[in-house]
Amino acid sequence: MKALIESIVTPLVDYPKDIVITEKEEEHKLVYHLSVHPEDVGKVIGKNGRIAKAIRTVVYAASSDSKKRIYLDIM
Amino acid sequence: MKQVTATGQTVEDAVQSALKQLNTTRDQATIEVIDEGKKGLLGVFGSKPAIVKVSVVDSPVKQAEKYLKNIADQLGVEAEVLTSEKDNEITFQLSGEKIAILIGKRGQTLNALQYLLQLIINKNSDKFYTVIVDAEGYRERRKQTLVQLANRLADKAVATRKEVSLEPMPSYERKIIHTALQNNKKITTHSHGTEPNRHVVIKP
Repeated sequence: MKALIESIVTPLVDYPKDIVITEKEEEHKLVYHLSVHPEDVGKVIGKNGRIAKAIRTVVYAASSDSKKRIYLDIM
Repeated sequence: MKQVTATGQTVEDAVQSALKQLNTTRDQATIEVIDEGKKGLLGVFGSKPAIVKVSVVDSPVKQAEKYLKNIADQLGVEAEVLTSEKDNEITFQLSGEKIAILIGKRGQTLNALQYLLQLIINKNSDKFYTVIVDAEGYRERRKQTLVQLANRLADKAVATRKEVSLEPMPSYERKIIHTALQNNKKITTHSHGTEPNRHVVIKP
């Protein structure tokens, strides 16, 4: 899952080295936290969160066969 | 990324020989001059050949195709990607088993992928491209569904003499509805609300 998030985000940003993804397991959900270089924040959120929404949609598509609900935190 | 280092009497010679080896053209490659070389005395004594490093860059379209394949793989979908380019429109046709995962509910995953690909392609190119991602003819099927829905709701609007609102849709899906009902004289259509909740309203 981490690899998926990383490969979605990498081509969008200017500083791929600064992508950090952490995973946290809670009772009924898996929380992934994504942070990027300060200059790239806009590139992963987008106007009105349009890009963030698109990233989440693709990530959630991957969770269809896992039992736990997945959340993606950005920044 | 493919890369070669070549030598030649001048920089130009070296570049030409490298491009030949890579079987590519200058606009698809980046050229790095390592040594400009020296002519030497009378072209004989103390001459040094020019050395260049040439690497092929994938075109944005090729990169996007790889990106799409990569994501499909990680979602556990074996998908074939067929890319076609027409003017400023790039179409990626996906096909394979379990493609439904890539389409998602009402095509939302497909639309998300389409949006991301459009960003990636336009980020690395100087021309503006429109990107369409289609899976197993989904767009065409959806179009037919929307046209049917439009006609049915137009009849309903006429029968009840009340406005009928549709659910929110992306712009090109709204366009399909507007176009389908353009010639229907009994009703008018307009879009209402702001993205992402913008939806079509059919008015008798």
